[in-house]
Amino acid sequence: MTEPFVLTSFPDAAPMAGLAGGVLIGLAAALMLLGIGRIAGISGITARAAGISDSGLPRVSAWAFVIGLPLGALVVMLAKGGLPANFASPLYLVVAGLIVGVGTRLGSGCTSGHGVCGMSRFSQRSIVATITFMVTGFATVAAMNALGLEVLP
Amino acid sequence: MMRRVLIPALSGSIFGAGLALGGMTDPARVRGFLDLFGDWDPTLAFVMGGAVLVMVIAWQIQPKLIQPVFGGDFALPGTQDLTSRLIGGSALFGIGWGIAGLCPGPGIAALVIEPVSAAIFIVAMLAGMLLVRLFEGNA
Repeated sequence: MTEPFVLTSFPDAAPMAGLAGGVLIGLAAALMLLGIGRIAGISGITARAAGISDSGLPRVSAWAFVIGLPLGALVVMLAKGGLPANFASPLYLVVAGLIVGVGTRLGSGCTSGHGVCGMSRFSQRSIVATITFMVTGFATVAAMNALGLEVLP
Repeated sequence: MMRRVLIPALSGSIFGAGLALGGMTDPARVRGFLDLFGDWDPTLAFVMGGAVLVMVIAWQIQPKLIQPVFGGDFALPGTQDLTSRLIGGSALFGIGWGIAGLCPGPGIAALVIEPVSAAIFIVAMLAGMLLVRLFEGNA
């Protein structure tokens, strides 16, 4: 999608593509909620699929959802003829992955479960969780920048 | 079949398409959003805003349903208890999110875009989840 308009202060932002993607994410989460009565919390669903959690969806449903994620991304990638991807080096990916894994289990959710599904329900837990991970996310990037740690190519 | 496989598969696919369309499968976009004091990229706020907007409506419909459209029961988490575990875990998650610009959904969706990097992140994430489980049983 070409951006129909540009935010003057942030010329690199893609607000319309972002909004369209967000609406799709909201529809996906609404389908889970109203269709089968579950929260589309990806960290929990992934743990369930991997056999790390015993609660939540039937395991076959967790796998169906998890496999859908890259398939949906593939459709967009093919339609757009490729997607930008700037990934960190393996060492950073391992450290980040470990911390994300521990944090999302302890915190009972991530950007999807707390950020999308919980905040829209005005859940006190999810609002506090989302503010917390946003603040530490901002602080982490600021601290790494201050230390001169370049993560992405 | 519908409830157990097709609906979750459809939801996951739409979710993955939304992440890719919104630019969230590119860690540079996500880190750009988290770089609040630098060269800030507000795109993620539009993604989150669009998703929350739709879900606010869904949450208004949910109490009016006796059961989910495709059968079964609603299994929804509690919303009130603020624990140090919730806050500490979320704080940790934010740190990991900031380091590489990846959270679980985009990490998995990116398997078709940058397979090796995505796989490394996912394996490490599962190891972290397993650590919690080993230390305290089913979390």
